[in-house]
Amino acid sequence: MAKLVGQPIKRVEDPRFIQGRGGYVTNITLPGMASVAIKRSPVAHARIVSIDASKAEALNGVIAVFTGKDLIDGGTGKLPCGWNVPNIKVPDRWAIQPVGDKVRHVGDAVAAVVAESPYIAQDALDLIEVQYEELPAVIGAKSAASNKTLVHDSVADNITYTWPLGDHAAVEQALAESDTVVTLDLTNQRLIPNAMETRAAVAQWNRYTEEMTLWTTSQNPHPIRLLLSAFTLGIPENKLRVISPDVGGGFGSKIFHYPEEIIVPWIARKIDRPCKWVATRSEASVTDSQGRDHVSTAKLGLKNDGTITGLFVETHADMGAYISTFAPLIPTAFYVCLLSGLYKIPSIYCNVVATMTNTVPVDAYRGAGRPEAAYLVERLMDLACRKLKMDPIAFRRHNFIKPSEFPYQTPVAMMYDSGNYDGLFDKAIASSGYHELIAKRDQARKEGKIAGVGIAGCIEASGPAPSKVAGALGSAVGFWESAVIRMHPTGKATLFTGAHSHGQGHETAFAQIISDELGIPMADVEVVHGDTGKVPFGMGTYGSRSLSVGGSAIVKAAEKVRTKMIKIAAHQLEAAVEDIVFDQSTGKAYVKGSPAKSKGTFDMTFAAYTAHNLPDGLEPGLEENSFYDPANFTFPNSCHIAYVEIDSGTGRVDLQQYCAVDDVGNVVNPMIVEGQITGGIAQGIGQALYEYGAYDSDGQPQSATFMDYAMPRADCFPMIHTDRTVTPSPHNPLGVKGAGEMGTIAATVTAANAVMDALAPMNISHLDMPLTPEKIWSAINKK
Amino acid sequence: MYPAPFEYYRAETAQEATELLSKHVGAKILAGGHSLVPAMKYRVAAPSALVDIGRLNLNYITAAEGVLKIGALSTHATVASSDVVKHNCAIIAQGAAGIGDQMVRNRGTIGGSLAHSDPQADYPTLVTCVGATIKTSSGKSYNADTFFKDMLTTALEENDIITEITMPVYGSGTGGFYYKIPHPASGYAVAGAAALVTVEAGICKRVSLVVGGATVNPVRAVEAEAYLVGKAPTSENIKAAAAMVAQVIKNPMGDGYASGAYRTHLAGVASERTLVEAVHRAA
Ligand SMILES: Cc1cc2nc3c(=O)[nH]c(=O)nc-3n(C[C@H](O)[C@H](O)[C@H](O)COP(=O)(O)OP(=O)(O)OC[C@H]3O[C@@H](n4cnc5c(N)ncnc54)[C@H](O)[C@@H]3O)c2cc1C
Repeated sequence: MAKLVGQPIKRVEDPRFIQGRGGYVTNITLPGMASVAIKRSPVAHARIVSIDASKAEALNGVIAVFTGKDLIDGGTGKLPCGWNVPNIKVPDRWAIQPVGDKVRHVGDAVAAVVAESPYIAQDALDLIEVQYEELPAVIGAKSAASNKTLVHDSVADNITYTWPLGDHAAVEQALAESDTVVTLDLTNQRLIPNAMETRAAVAQWNRYTEEMTLWTTSQNPHPIRLLLSAFTLGIPENKLRVISPDVGGGFGSKIFHYPEEIIVPWIARKIDRPCKWVATRSEASVTDSQGRDHVSTAKLGLKNDGTITGLFVETHADMGAYISTFAPLIPTAFYVCLLSGLYKIPSIYCNVVATMTNTVPVDAYRGAGRPEAAYLVERLMDLACRKLKMDPIAFRRHNFIKPSEFPYQTPVAMMYDSGNYDGLFDKAIASSGYHELIAKRDQARKEGKIAGVGIAGCIEASGPAPSKVAGALGSAVGFWESAVIRMHPTGKATLFTGAHSHGQGHETAFAQIISDELGIPMADVEVVHGDTGKVPFGMGTYGSRSLSVGGSAIVKAAEKVRTKMIKIAAHQLEAAVEDIVFDQSTGKAYVKGSPAKSKGTFDMTFAAYTAHNLPDGLEPGLEENSFYDPANFTFPNSCHIAYVEIDSGTGRVDLQQYCAVDDVGNVVNPMIVEGQITGGIAQGIGQALYEYGAYDSDGQPQSATFMDYAMPRADCFPMIHTDRTVTPSPHNPLGVKGAGEMGTIAATVTAANAVMDALAPMNISHLDMPLTPEKIWSAINKK
Repeated sequence: MYPAPFEYYRAETAQEATELLSKHVGAKILAGGHSLVPAMKYRVAAPSALVDIGRLNLNYITAAEGVLKIGALSTHATVASSDVVKHNCAIIAQGAAGIGDQMVRNRGTIGGSLAHSDPQADYPTLVTCVGATIKTSSGKSYNADTFFKDMLTTALEENDIITEITMPVYGSGTGGFYYKIPHPASGYAVAGAAALVTVEAGICKRVSLVVGGATVNPVRAVEAEAYLVGKAPTSENIKAAAAMVAQVIKNPMGDGYASGAYRTHLAGVASERTLVEAVHRAA
């Protein structure tokens, strides 16, 4: 059997998805199931004076209406924060805000209806009368800190925490001694994740065993179960089963613990009937945790020869109305610690001021902190080139960390594992035809067109690690991953993985690995995930961690399976264990030198289960596990290049060419990697050119429907060309790095740099995203 | 989608539809449902009943004696792909092909679009440009130029049903084009310009130029039309004419994506580009 790792195997999950046979939470219908709908605040900031639900309760088909007080009295707890940075003030957040308390963003929950059908539940919402005493809204990551109105009385100045890192004095000195300093003020705008499947929850209470089953659209069912048990729902872990079946995309937004995961099971137990809630798209726009939203000032010190001397950054990060589960991680360790980019920067200092506003909470969104860092660093690099009149590639190369310098300790805590950035750029220049693109741009400019070439070199830290360091940084959880490989008597295998697939293709990639490790066909491997009733405690999927961490656990568990099989084979072939060869391509074990007489996987697993003829002291059965705690993050890196032309009449950007070269280490399935990178690029370009989760000064969302929120479509893109370089990660058994977020991280700034290069001849140095036609047209025409 | 409760009736004839509409207070006509149903989904519209006119015999396209007739229930996709429309009034087919996406075009109807009169819709601009007549089941006829009255408002009387849209055909010597600048989210027109130009011996004989998207209803760029008539369609003349379009844009609409001033500018850009293409097609 040929090695499967490295092969573009078609995804085994796709036939069911493309035929509409995916099993999503929304597809679950249980006997006697009732529908839950949530009454949401239409205003951004107000005290809840009173709620009159009598008309709703009187509506035919309404079972009950519950308010915040009902849930609090009924034993539910506050939603906790899973990443506590030093001195953070975490304000109270209830599943439903009780009367007397406040609503703090449009979409905040004030009551829940349970009814015989979703239609009746929705009708009942219109009959609930809520009296609000409206308060001024706090809006704006930076201005929130000087707003007299407080989102939470417990959070003075609306500042939940500050997070400084680096040697401030050293940076000030470096800037003072520089030949020149480049300054940049930028906004990294708010984004709405918009996973294809909206969030949903179904809960079933078993009154006999007193067990609760919750189906929820989560990227990490075990941590959700832990939070529900320990903090919010109060049903012990051994009586609570959380299942995340097929999930239609998450992009980070489905990592977090949401109020509905408390409300729905609480009601199901209360009324002793299964309950279901499915978010409408409109609800998703105002309740799914959102992304980005930074306001930053940066200064880069430079020598005249192009050497970077120091970097100063101050960032205001908008946390929204509450602290979402992992929110404090994103603008801290995932952002500040990446500010060194691909470069040797002798000193870096960044202070993050995290503020509360009357907007939907902000948390991880594909890339999560790293796109914000890449955007800031790579915009600065382009501005530095302009100022020094240096070539963007020569300038970057001049400052690269060289291959011989790995592992490389940055001044912002990260220790990069491996990389060859010159090689990466060489490949990208060749792959994209960079010099031809420059010639094309220059020719276009001669013809009076507005054209630009954008380049960016970006770093990512994926697979947060190790758990000990995460704990020291404020994490309430570890970042290891689990795998159990259960061999069945007939030689087939089931993998139970703690990682969760919601579009990534784990069922394929993980089966490829096991097939290679144990010498059995892929079709003989079943991949099970997303069910706390089946799989061991696992951390789930985010931060591009599943392969480097979860995959490593699989390799370790497979090693243990092999070891036990070898013991059985040695016993039956009457040879010493050291003399047994296990041929991973066939799954056969034989005595060194005599392959003709061998034991196959079936022989060894069957023997393990009959236990008729096992070596003394060896337990029957064949099931092995691993809990793999990675030694470090992995550091994927990329060079992306784009060519744009701008319509001078309308200001519209026409993205004509895009080339991405990524180093994601070894590749298990190149087709899946290409899909991940391409999808990520589309998402990244979405931020650069189209998407904006805007609020007005009253806190009303301005783009809460697809009539206004511009998700990029296929016709927004040229064919995206992807290519790669490979420097294996030295510290995981597969040598892999994350591939899920690199595209997003690099694409935003690549597209932005291309547009700004196009506008360079007009002396326009920076425009904030999204780079919409009117913004560009106004800049060109100095309006 | 969870609309407020409503009753549903299906009419087999226009007369039956009219009766159902007058019988059920608060009832609305349902054609393709691609403007009405989204509004019901958001509960901005909550009709007591829907009278489905989908079975009415209004799905036809004919051309005879210089007149193109399009039944009100013809979908955007039907109009876009109709050879009869392409041969007799090509601008309508070209414009219909750019409405929404394929799914929208497969359901949405020309009658529904005109009755709805969305400021960002394409058909109002198109039918005004070609000088169409809108006919109804009560026997009324409206000139497109005076049919659109305000935001989502037309001259149509309550419960009257649009049955047919007629328009003069055009042939060689006349070129038409619709240039649309779509919103990246909704696909509707941020600005759109429709032009019909007749060129004889290198001189513009007749010019119709209508811009939509920027204002609540489409507006005819009268000064620009008058300027071009009698002149050669050179790029300088077209540019000068397009520069006059801004004059007819009163109270342009603006939002977070495109301000009123920018939409006014875009109306000029779209006009220039559409005139160039229309002239090209007139040849
Ligand atoms: C995603 C999306 C994108 C779209 N993009 C565009 C676009 O780019 N450009 C564009 O122009 N449009 C666009 N539309 C709107 C689409 O063209 C609609 O189909 C059209 O506006 C309404 O036609 P309908 O047949 O669907 O009417 P319906 O939704 O059924 O009805 C609309 C209104 O007209 C009334 N009505 C319907 N038929 C008649 C009749 N014969 N006589 C009297 N009253 C009637 C109804 O009572 C209702 O008030 C889009 C729609 C969607 C959902």
